[in-house]
Amino acid sequence: MSYKVFVSGDEAVALGVKLAKPNVIAAYPITPQTIVVERLAEMVEKRELAAQYMYVESEHSALAAVMGASVLGARTFTATSSQGLLYMAEVMHYASGGRVPLVMMNANRSVALPWSIFGDQRDSLSLLDSGWIQAYVEDAQESLDMIIQAYAIAENKNVLTPIMINLDGFVLTHTFEAIDMPTEKQVAKFLPEFELEGKMDLSNPKNLFFSSSPSDNILFKAQQHQAMENSRSIIEEVDKLYEEITGRGYGGLATGYKTEDAEIIIITLGSITGLVKDVVDSLRIEGQKVGVVKIRFMRPFPEKEILQLCKNASKIGVLEKDISFGYHGTVYTNVADALKTTGIILINYIAGLGGKNISEQDIKNIFIELKSIDAEHSAQAVNFVGVEG
Amino acid sequence: MLKKLDQEEYFYGHKGCGGCGGSLAVRLALKVLGKNTFVVLPAGCMSAVGFVYPQLCFGVNALISPFASTAAMLSGIRVAAKSLNIEDCNVVGFAGDGGTADIGLQALSGAIDRGDKIIYICYDNEAYMNTGVQQSSLTPYGARTTTTPPGDYIHGSINTKKDMVEIVAAHHIKYAATASIGNIPDYIRKVEKAKNINGTSYIHVAAPCPTGWGIDSSETISIAKEAIACGLWYLAEYEDGVYKLNQEIHEYTSIKAYLKKQTRFKHITDEDIEIITKQRDQKNYYIKEQHRKNII
Repeated sequence: MSYKVFVSGDEAVALGVKLAKPNVIAAYPITPQTIVVERLAEMVEKRELAAQYMYVESEHSALAAVMGASVLGARTFTATSSQGLLYMAEVMHYASGGRVPLVMMNANRSVALPWSIFGDQRDSLSLLDSGWIQAYVEDAQESLDMIIQAYAIAENKNVLTPIMINLDGFVLTHTFEAIDMPTEKQVAKFLPEFELEGKMDLSNPKNLFFSSSPSDNILFKAQQHQAMENSRSIIEEVDKLYEEITGRGYGGLATGYKTEDAEIIIITLGSITGLVKDVVDSLRIEGQKVGVVKIRFMRPFPEKEILQLCKNASKIGVLEKDISFGYHGTVYTNVADALKTTGIILINYIAGLGGKNISEQDIKNIFIELKSIDAEHSAQAVNFVGVEG
Repeated sequence: MLKKLDQEEYFYGHKGCGGCGGSLAVRLALKVLGKNTFVVLPAGCMSAVGFVYPQLCFGVNALISPFASTAAMLSGIRVAAKSLNIEDCNVVGFAGDGGTADIGLQALSGAIDRGDKIIYICYDNEAYMNTGVQQSSLTPYGARTTTTPPGDYIHGSINTKKDMVEIVAAHHIKYAATASIGNIPDYIRKVEKAKNINGTSYIHVAAPCPTGWGIDSSETISIAKEAIACGLWYLAEYEDGVYKLNQEIHEYTSIKAYLKKQTRFKHITDEDIEIITKQRDQKNYYIKEQHRKNII
């Protein structure tokens, strides 16, 4: 029988990892990720988790170590945040190019300078092109469930691409919620043992992570892109199977909330989704046709899903904790491309940078502004929320 | 003790320069370690000459790691092998002097600190040779590289070569040794020893580079021997806290003769040679003192 536990987002991640039974964990602390590796150490100490726990001296080494472990056929885990993720950046490209099916948790945190331990999504979004599948979760339950699903996605032989599960720093990593724990039996039914075709093998030696000449290199990159494309259907299949077994499914790359007849939609990423849903509920009582689209995966990007979910909308706000200086927020740029043939008015709201709170009123104001603008009197494309103080 | 070298070749068909000391160090070490071996190479000469798809020339399992990550990836493999009950295997890395003493030093420090059962072999050719001879922190004083051009102002490298064996010994490593392509039996014995060490081992093998040093490709071995004879390289071991000098040189051959055989030192003056001689004497005094202390 499954049972309930009262845990933080970080702890939910650790519990998900425990259920996935990794062979090797590479651990390096960074706020607000640290609780994940602390809990895993406690599980190893109590023999609840039979993993080799590696004390690495940096995030760069953490990722290199799990790469080496994985291609020997070991299931692995590591976790990081912010500066640590950026320190890994070089190795992230190595891992995706080497088609190493790693699972990593990232606690979304701002990037220095100014130095800040608080949340935004500039860390992971700046690595959107590193070849990793990127998922963003909304709450502690989804954190646990997506860690388990992540192994099934990354290790699928048609995918073999590393995956990063992103949790908003503090807002999600440190907030306690009651969540359902799947049983070991359920997870065993869902997640097969890790079997890597083409792994290093003493009786059949391999030379992996090689160089390639200009004549071959582009072929490998095309294959890598295809693997990412393959993951679209695998992500859906994995979620469906997980739902059959545990009763919880999340619905693929992007999901809608009251979007069916919505004229005005806010598109979100991560934990802010819950608050936007609350605002939508209150505006619906007033009779306003509003909704939310929650992007669950930034790579592969849910282009078709967003088009479908926004088919009745005339105005959309993209609310994100990121800015690509000199243009838009990165989520906005991607959404704008998906909607480029629709003529929908699209406005970008940059909020929550460096941990700035996004209030209910902030979200209401966005809906009010979206309602008031039209094609002739459109607002500027990029708007910072909460700059006034 | 190893009596006979494996006839099998585990590193062949590569595009190393004629007389390459580094590739000889790799080839010999793999003959000692045998087929049950996992190799990690960072960016550098050995990965550039031996690891370009589809011409992959390792007969054992091998990976290229990011430049800084040799030791971290070695650790990951060893730890995974332990978890998967793959017991009878060697995990060995071959990194150059830049990949070891500069960019890879932090990861190496971490691996030694953990005590992972890995063998880390630094083939020291005294500069970034793969990128076309630039100074590393193991380039000796006076040497010409493309980033230390010998003019009136820069006048070649002003380094005093970092002592990597001292650095790793300060970690209380299980086993560390210096070696040289100029003394192959000694090198082979040390690799064999490292193979059987239950913990981290580090071998620093002097591996001349004809291209970077400006010597003939037939002179790799002889110049490496001469470096030992004139006292600019030494053969020693450190095991469980004890230093041991393998070969005590009582009368040094001429430093000047050694240096002037290499175009990288063509420009150096008598004052430079005095500085180099002083560095040698200080260093060798220190090593002999370490050795003497341990004997007492």
